[in-house]
Amino acid sequence: MRIAIVDESASRAAVIHEGLAQLDDCDIFVVTERRGLVARIGEIAPDIVLMDLGNPSRDVLEEYFAVSRALARPIAMFVDESDEESIAASIDAGVSSYVVDGLAAHRIRPILDLAVKRFSAFARLQADLAEAKGKLAERDAVDKAKRILMDSRGLTEPQAYAELRKAAMNQGRRIAEIAEALLTAHQLLGEPE
Amino acid sequence: MSRELTVGFLPLVDACLPILAREHGFAEEEGLSLRLVRDMSWATVLDRLLYGHSDAAHMVAPLAIATTLGRGRPAQPLAVPFVLGLNGNAITMQPALARAITAPAALGDPVAVGAALRRVALERKAASAPLRFGVVHRYSSHNYMLRYWLAACGIRPDDDVEIVTIAPPFCADALEAGEVDAICVGEPWNSVAVERGVGEIVLVTAQIWQRGVEKVLAMKEPVLDARRPDIEALIRALIRAARHFVDPANLEQNAAILARAEYIDGNAGLIQRAISDRLLLSKGGELVHFADFMFQYREAANFPWVSQAEWLYTQMVRWEQPGYTPLDARKAAKVFRPDVYRSAIRGSAEPLPGASSKVEGSLARRTVVGTQQGRMTLESNRFFDGGVFDPADLPGYLAKLP
Repeated sequence: MRIAIVDESASRAAVIHEGLAQLDDCDIFVVTERRGLVARIGEIAPDIVLMDLGNPSRDVLEEYFAVSRALARPIAMFVDESDEESIAASIDAGVSSYVVDGLAAHRIRPILDLAVKRFSAFARLQADLAEAKGKLAERDAVDKAKRILMDSRGLTEPQAYAELRKAAMNQGRRIAEIAEALLTAHQLLGEPE
Repeated sequence: MSRELTVGFLPLVDACLPILAREHGFAEEEGLSLRLVRDMSWATVLDRLLYGHSDAAHMVAPLAIATTLGRGRPAQPLAVPFVLGLNGNAITMQPALARAITAPAALGDPVAVGAALRRVALERKAASAPLRFGVVHRYSSHNYMLRYWLAACGIRPDDDVEIVTIAPPFCADALEAGEVDAICVGEPWNSVAVERGVGEIVLVTAQIWQRGVEKVLAMKEPVLDARRPDIEALIRALIRAARHFVDPANLEQNAAILARAEYIDGNAGLIQRAISDRLLLSKGGELVHFADFMFQYREAANFPWVSQAEWLYTQMVRWEQPGYTPLDARKAAKVFRPDVYRSAIRGSAEPLPGASSKVEGSLARRTVVGTQQGRMTLESNRFFDGGVFDPADLPGYLAKLP
């Protein structure tokens, strides 16, 4: 079975690839380049194409598949209508799949299931990363806000932190939000950070 | 308690109405909390709609009909109770080709430009290097307008030239790389190609059909049935957004909103040009004004005329199999839902036409038309070749087309 993974994100493609590599009898091809995509898919002659929903080339590829219906190995967008549930799951995970006509559903299902799992895992990783980045940015904002209070009001660091915490408690907001507000106000007043 | 509605869109200027309905609070005033989901392909906008990630979507009109008829995927009935706008697209060519067939600095006459293009197209075909056009989707008005123009000028779209699909954000790249000779796409993507000096705007689609249906608000028919009051509230919010959008006083503010990263993520100056019907045809040239380049509000522009859906269906069967059947024609006509539009704005100050279908291309001058409420004047809605589409006789219309 020949599987093409089309994804402009090389890191996600690698995660999917790794997941599918455990399958027997599968040749996996990763396409991350937008240019020449259709020609590349033509060369690979895949049985299954997996493509992320955010890929801007989806309409281009679907047009190729529509035209390819006249070819020897037409590719369809859906296995069959009874497989709605599995398609819905893949859309939820953020991946679209295209399958060569006539491929039996029981051969496709495990591949799609794996792809969906890997896509979801990647999305979770990204969410974790974004959260970690957010936390770092928040800590940075609190540090800067403390510095402003220390410089402008001659406070010590613990005192500056206590001031931020008090304001946060009084307003029912998070310390990071108070820090952000202070930084914004500081910038608007034209003072250097 | 506001009810949430999720609307999918592609980053194009004509996604303006849902965006402005949210940004200016029109949706909120109708009791709706509008969530907008931006995608990069029509395929994904459609998938999200069909699998319930979105309740409604900004969509190329023919795609709503194709989905209903089961072309390209299993059939799912869609409903279109609102037209998001007419026209707003242009045909942009590589500078050398543009210069070979038209004079710079002005939009050409579609007949003369078409005749000149025909000579080049036939030469290129004879040299086994046929001209290649890029459109945004097989089921797009861009594809149908381009084909209508080519065919009327004696260029057979499937035999004399090639037409391929290109994602709007990459149209300028494709022109530059020589992957295509010309593109038919919405704004701001023509202007992006012009600014980069890789393309020149030769025609706008409003020159091909002055009142051509473009993007629509589409949804699954069962969603319309289940959430009818919310959809009607959305229609009212979108009409207020349309009125705001066409008011020159709001031009700068609206262009700035649309340009934001979460919406079009583009250049506010270019967007402002499109909204005000002004275009730079070639790099270093002067801005050219073309009245009603985009058409979002006047003449009940948002009213889903059944005849518009039927015209799109005739173009679908004109260019691909399966051909015309009375059953498909009826299904296609039923996609456009003037009944929903009517009940949404009944009793408001907005005009409502008396009829739900009209003879397209029949008006050469301003005409006062009968209404259900308010006063309405329709201006010229001509096709450039003088063609007239009478929805009472689709096979007759198809038989007359070149």
